Amino acid sequence: MTSPSNKKAVTPPIDAARRNLLKGAGALTVTLAAGVTLISPARAQIMVRKSGQPASSDIRWGLLIDANKCTVDCEVCVVACRTENGWEGHGRPETDPQWIRKVNLKDKKTGVRVSLPVMCQHCETPPCVDVCPTGASMKRADGIVLVDKHICIGCRYCMMACPYKARSFVHEDVTNQKPYQPRGKGTVEACTFCVHRVDAGRIPACVEACTEKAYGALTFGDLNDPSSEISKQVSRYVTTRIRADLGLEPGVIYRGI
Amino acid sequence: MLAVLLGGASASVAAGDGVPLPNPAKAFKGQQCIEPVGTMRRLHGEYLIHQRDETLRQGIRGKKYSLRQCIACHATTSPDVENGTVRTIQPFCAECHAYAAVTIDCFSCHTGKAEDDVKTGSAYPDIPSHNKRKPWAGKDSSAVALLDSLKAELDKGSPSP
Repeated sequence: MTSPSNKKAVTPPIDAARRNLLKGAGALTVTLAAGVTLISPARAQIMVRKSGQPASSDIRWGLLIDANKCTVDCEVCVVACRTENGWEGHGRPETDPQWIRKVNLKDKKTGVRVSLPVMCQHCETPPCVDVCPTGASMKRADGIVLVDKHICIGCRYCMMACPYKARSFVHEDVTNQKPYQPRGKGTVEACTFCVHRVDAGRIPACVEACTEKAYGALTFGDLNDPSSEISKQVSRYVTTRIRADLGLEPGVIYRGI
Repeated sequence: MLAVLLGGASASVAAGDGVPLPNPAKAFKGQQCIEPVGTMRRLHGEYLIHQRDETLRQGIRGKKYSLRQCIACHATTSPDVENGTVRTIQPFCAECHAYAAVTIDCFSCHTGKAEDDVKTGSAYPDIPSHNKRKPWAGKDSSAVALLDSLKAELDKGSPSP
C-alpha cells in the first residue's frame, strides 16, 4: 500500500530486492514521509482499556478478510485458533468443535476458485442472542458476541439460529484448558475474536498468524475509528458480508467474494 | 484465626467427636489474602460470581477477585494429581467443599493449574511449509534480510512521525 510518491522517497534507489520486499510485504504499511515510519497494522497496538473499565460501544471490533490474498490450501488461521484456544477434534467431524473453518468455492463456469475462513461473524443483531432462553448468548458493548458458559444450558438453539453455522457444542470432556479460555462439556462455544487478547491490546491469533506466517489476508480493528487500517480498507474497496441479505450486519467483512 | 481454627480441628480429632474439621493447606505463596480469612471463607463464592459476570459480560478486567489469582497463590501439589508434578487448586478447594458437601463445577471448564510454566505469549505454531509460500522466502536473500531488519525496527517500536 505504498503510494508512488512515497516510493520516490526510498533510498537507496528501488532495486529488485526492495521491489520483492514491497510486493511481499502486503502486510506491512511502509510510510516514508518525514523520516522513516514503519507501521504494521497487524502489530500496531490496539487501544487497551484501563483496568476496571468496561468495554465501550465507542468501539466496534471488525475483521476484514481479503479472499484475493487467501489461498485454498492454507490453514494457518485455523491451526493458530486451535492452538491458541485449545479446541481440538477427536476425528469425529460431525460433533467436533470448529471455531473457524476454511471454505473453498469454485465457480463452475469460469473455474475461478476462492477460499475464505469462516468463523463467528459477530453480528450487530445476532440471531443467536435473540433465541437464547437463558441469556447466555450475548453481545458485548464493543460488538464481540460471546457465550456466557456459566449460564449456558447447552440447548443449542443458538446453533440452529446461526445462519453461518459458526457455533459448536462441546460433546466430550475437556481437560487441560487454557487458563484464559475455559471450555467445558455441555456448553456451546464459538470464536470470541480472541477476547482475552483484544482486552490486553493484542490482535486475534488468526490475524497474527496470517500476517506473520501466511499472506496477510486478515485485518482486525475498530470499524468505528475512521483512522484504523480496517476502516481505511473498507472505505477504499468494495466489500461484502456473507448472507448480507439477512441484514445481520456482521463485524466480519469479506473482500473479493 | 486460621491458627485457632486449626487448633480447634486437632482438638476435635483428639477428642474423637464427629468428622474432623477441614484443614486446607497454607498458601503456596503470599502471606496475606486479599480479604481477612474469615471474610474469604464466607464470601469467596459471592466475590467470584459477581466478578465473573462483570468480566465476561462487560469486559471489565483486572479487578480484585479473580479465580486466576486464587490459583496463583493457593494451588498446591498433591500426590493425587498427576503424581504431584503440577500445582493445582482443586485439593485446596476440595478440603472444605467435601466437608460441607457443596459441589462446585468451576473446574469442569476452568483449568485449576497454576500458570508457573504456562507461556502467555502467542501460541500459534511454526509451520515451515507455509514459509515457502511467502513470496519473498527462499528467493531473494537480500529482501529477506531487509524484511528482518524492518521487523527488528518494528519490534523496537516505530519513531513518532
